Amino acid sequence: MWKSKIGSILLVVAALGIGWFVVGSEPKFASFIDGNQNVKLIYPTSTVASLRAEYPFRLGLDLAGGSRLVFSADVSKTEPSEIGAAMASLRDVIERRINILGVSEPVVTTEKSFTGGEYRLVVELPGVTNLDEAAKTIGETPLLEFKTLSPDYEAIVAKNQKILEARAALESTATVGADGVVNINVTPESQEDLVDPYITTKLGGGQLSKASLQFDQTTRKPVISLQFNEEGAKLFEEITGANIGKPVAIFLDGSPLSIPTVQQKITGGQAVITGDFTPQEARNLVGRLNSGALPLKVTLIGSQVVGATLGADSVEKGVKAAAYGFLLIVIFLIFWYRLPGVLAVIALSAYVAIMLAFFKLIPVVITAAGIAGFIISMGLAVDANVLIFERMKEEMRAGKTIKEAVSLGITRAWSSIRDSNTASLISASILFWLGSSVVKGFALTLGMGVLVSLFTAIVITRLFLISVAGKQNGRFARFLFSNGFNSGK
Amino acid sequence: MFIIKNKIFFLTFSALLVLGSLVAVFTFGLKPGIEFKGGAIVTAQYTGVVPEVEQIRNEAKNIGLGEVSVQVSGEKELIVKTRTLEEADRPVLAQILSVNGAFPYTEKSFSAIGPSISKELTTKSILAVILVSLAIIIFITLAFRGVSKPVASWKYGLVSIVTLLHDIIIPAGLYAYLGYAFGAEVDTLFVVALLTILGISISDTIVIFDRIRENLKKKISQSFEEVVGISLSQSFVRSINTSLTVIVVLLALFFFGPEPTKWFSLTLVTGMIVGTYSSIFVASPLLTLVEKWQRANK
Repeated sequence: MWKSKIGSILLVVAALGIGWFVVGSEPKFASFIDGNQNVKLIYPTSTVASLRAEYPFRLGLDLAGGSRLVFSADVSKTEPSEIGAAMASLRDVIERRINILGVSEPVVTTEKSFTGGEYRLVVELPGVTNLDEAAKTIGETPLLEFKTLSPDYEAIVAKNQKILEARAALESTATVGADGVVNINVTPESQEDLVDPYITTKLGGGQLSKASLQFDQTTRKPVISLQFNEEGAKLFEEITGANIGKPVAIFLDGSPLSIPTVQQKITGGQAVITGDFTPQEARNLVGRLNSGALPLKVTLIGSQVVGATLGADSVEKGVKAAAYGFLLIVIFLIFWYRLPGVLAVIALSAYVAIMLAFFKLIPVVITAAGIAGFIISMGLAVDANVLIFERMKEEMRAGKTIKEAVSLGITRAWSSIRDSNTASLISASILFWLGSSVVKGFALTLGMGVLVSLFTAIVITRLFLISVAGKQNGRFARFLFSNGFNSGK
Repeated sequence: MFIIKNKIFFLTFSALLVLGSLVAVFTFGLKPGIEFKGGAIVTAQYTGVVPEVEQIRNEAKNIGLGEVSVQVSGEKELIVKTRTLEEADRPVLAQILSVNGAFPYTEKSFSAIGPSISKELTTKSILAVILVSLAIIIFITLAFRGVSKPVASWKYGLVSIVTLLHDIIIPAGLYAYLGYAFGAEVDTLFVVALLTILGISISDTIVIFDRIRENLKKKISQSFEEVVGISLSQSFVRSINTSLTVIVVLLALFFFGPEPTKWFSLTLVTGMIVGTYSSIFVASPLLTLVEKWQRANK
């Protein structure tokens, strides 16, 4: 008896601990108040994200807002053995291009279609709702740009460095108040915008006619030679002429590839990029510059954009539905099953805490369908309890004491519990295996729910029941353990 | 016993519902959504005046996007569906929605699915339906493998499958009607709803059949009908209660839940209610009918 009582108490404490983790690891609102007492949120992507707890709920694009683009890659000209590598380098390039967009936490994945040999690239951009711009940036030919340095280059770079340092400092000086709100002492310097120290010129990949791989005569290092068309040659002549003795930066996909210093005015439209690359890297680069495109040609075959307001609305409604659903089950359990019902409510609360903790720790990306799966799983989670309680009622009717009824009820209900959960688990696993991302979210939460509920409904409720069912067998005790319209006689 | 005595009434009621649903499915048809058909769908929220449906349709025709379907959704909101879009069609779409810039709007959501993705989703969905059905049939066979007299175990399985068909045809019929009346389209979530119903509803039937077999072993009565009747009265409360907990959460999901899962939760609620009803009022009465025919044919 006392063993099960201690066990029950330990379980309750453990459940409370998990619940505390779920609530405690939620990000709190960070207050940004500028000099004019206006709430300001300027660069929430890096600093604030790290200030947030380590385990936030991960919301899918349909809830957080953002866009999802699915591209089909043309692998018809690639050797089958090289497709994997080509797809990987495609992903790398696209990732680099997305970084130009400044998206926080983009997800780029490659996948093979279920039927036939279509290779796909899936790009998820949280917070980006301008699909056209995103699609353009991603699908465009490599962004080869020539930039000159701003006259105040040194000063700007130094200033940028200071702003970044000031921003980083915010993190270390931030304090968490007693109310859990993160307070950040925003310094004016950290609020300033970064300035681009480069000046974009008109010269770029558009005027390139040919790129080739060469080796430097003296250093034996690979260099890339560029040949411009007529317009490019003229532009290049102008740029080099105006910047003799100064550096000109060559950018590829948004990051500087090399910043050579101009020795003299170059006519004829020939340029050489000397960078720190291996022969293989240089060869790939040349290939890309020549094909004028990505490692593989991509076409947009599917896209989805969810506005931030729609997503937020879905989250709010999903949480509301879950809360009402929980409440309805609680009312039903307590009114119909009395004392065991109360125990089942505690077990259900533990279930919710464990599930939410799993969502955070695994982490599970929560979608609208996932919320639906979770809500349904709450209803399924108490099924096992209902089966046990009904069986107990029968045993008590057959003249057993409360204690006997509890242990018999649990043993005899097991086969029904096993069978009814097996079927749900079968459906959930097949759906998870086959489903699209929407379906997967639902199947995962439902399947997890079935497994976790087996634990909460059987282990937790069982221990509670045994520890509560003492030797007493009076009328009132029997009433408490009965259910429905029974008085427990 | 009441249920078994009046089984003809309940079975006829169910048969009528199934018939009605089949008629709905065949007359209204199940409208495939863009996930299966390919195409694009935009939800536009207008900042000012909302254009007339005709204006948008004409604009689309003039520009050469062909027929588009326009649906009024809530205040200041239109849902526009088009054929599969090429990348170049996107700016055109903005022009159509704003009727050449006359009606400013913001895009609440946009979704486009090309032919290769819709083809794959269709294949996957069909495969999922086949696999789940097969798995459930195997599961039923295993669950009823202990042969018990007087009805062979495979007949329990057969009755369960008939019941399952009943449980998914009725929500499908309702969905066909929803499609006709409110434009609900068949998406992957609809398929998921049906498959989830299969999983949950079979367990209800199994719980009751389990009880029948237990009582048969105990030999509580000579008459098969009476054994079934007693088993039903012993287990129908739990059967209803286990479903009730799921039904209440689904109702919460339908009434308070997010927009994208509205039809999904409605389909599931219908399936759950029908499934609970069928495990009590259809499966067991059918079982007694099977036993009766068996005796008559001896």
